[in-house]
Amino acid sequence: MGVAKPPDTIRTSGLGSCVGVVLYDETKKVAGLVHIMLPDSSLSRSETPNIAKFADTGIKGLEEMLLKEGAQKCRLKAKIAGGAQMFQFSSSKEIMRIGQRNVEAVKRVLKELGIPIIAEDTGGSSGRTIEFNPATGKLMIRTVNQGVNEI
Amino acid sequence: MIHPKIDPMHLDILKEIGNIGAAHAATSLSLLLDKRIEMHVPKAEMITFNETMNLLGVPDEVVVGIYLRLEGDLEGNMFYVLPIEQANRFIRRLLKNKRFDLRTDVSELGLSAMQEIGNILSGAYLSALSDFLQLKVCSTVPGLAIDMFGAIISLGLIEISRVSDYVIVIHTSISEEGKEDSGMTGRFLLLPSPESFNVIFKALGVR
Repeated sequence: MGVAKPPDTIRTSGLGSCVGVVLYDETKKVAGLVHIMLPDSSLSRSETPNIAKFADTGIKGLEEMLLKEGAQKCRLKAKIAGGAQMFQFSSSKEIMRIGQRNVEAVKRVLKELGIPIIAEDTGGSSGRTIEFNPATGKLMIRTVNQGVNEI
Repeated sequence: MIHPKIDPMHLDILKEIGNIGAAHAATSLSLLLDKRIEMHVPKAEMITFNETMNLLGVPDEVVVGIYLRLEGDLEGNMFYVLPIEQANRFIRRLLKNKRFDLRTDVSELGLSAMQEIGNILSGAYLSALSDFLQLKVCSTVPGLAIDMFGAIISLGLIEISRVSDYVIVIHTSISEEGKEDSGMTGRFLLLPSPESFNVIFKALGVR
């Protein structure tokens, strides 16, 4: 979880079933990125959970960070990418569908917080490297087979 | 801290598990390809998720990855990852097709040959593990992906992330004889679930 202001960009590499959530304020030109691994903090069995890993606590934590950096809550927008299923299994184990569950959870939390999703590139079966530029509001997404794409 | 009792002695024991598993896998690969296969010194370490993603240098390094979930007495995740060029060499030898390339050839045959190599190697690794520990270790049918290392390995971190931000990785690499410096190394990465460490140590009579 981190924030960036121009001229810096913010990126995360090798997203599989995890979801990269970018929140940004276009006017203030500040953006934050959090790397979600699991849908909900209630899944944690740790006494001192790292809030950044879970969709509910991670997105709320990132929102707070951005507000401290001067972002306005009503101007916050989101772009999301990731949530792939890297391996195809017939297994009914929930863990195999974790990408899809992460995406669903991220969308639910953003809706609760009233943050609109401007663009998304989710699902599929490819890993992604993503980089957000707070100056332009563009999210660059690179995959092994489809090259570079901007949303 | 979720693994309070892990000290250097425990890591040494886990390293031995990697040693035994990979030695059997290397023998199988050698028989399959009729080629000498070398095994390198195994490692067992407790590292952060970030360090795990960076085990090969960068998380978006493109690799061939075979993935299995372990079930039974021992739970966790196992990966066999190798550079695309190394996989190509194996498949070419197996299919007797000198021009085969996973990057351009999308035929089912190549992928299924790779899957089969993964199947045989991981089977050898796991049966050795199972014999050594006298535990029942089953696994899912291996899945195959050609993608970014980070995207592949992170699947092994998800369950662990419920309890910890650290993971114990038991890794061993094997390569064709004389090729260990050319970056042509395949790696076995075993990521037991946190609950499985006690099972392993108990099976070996270690406290």
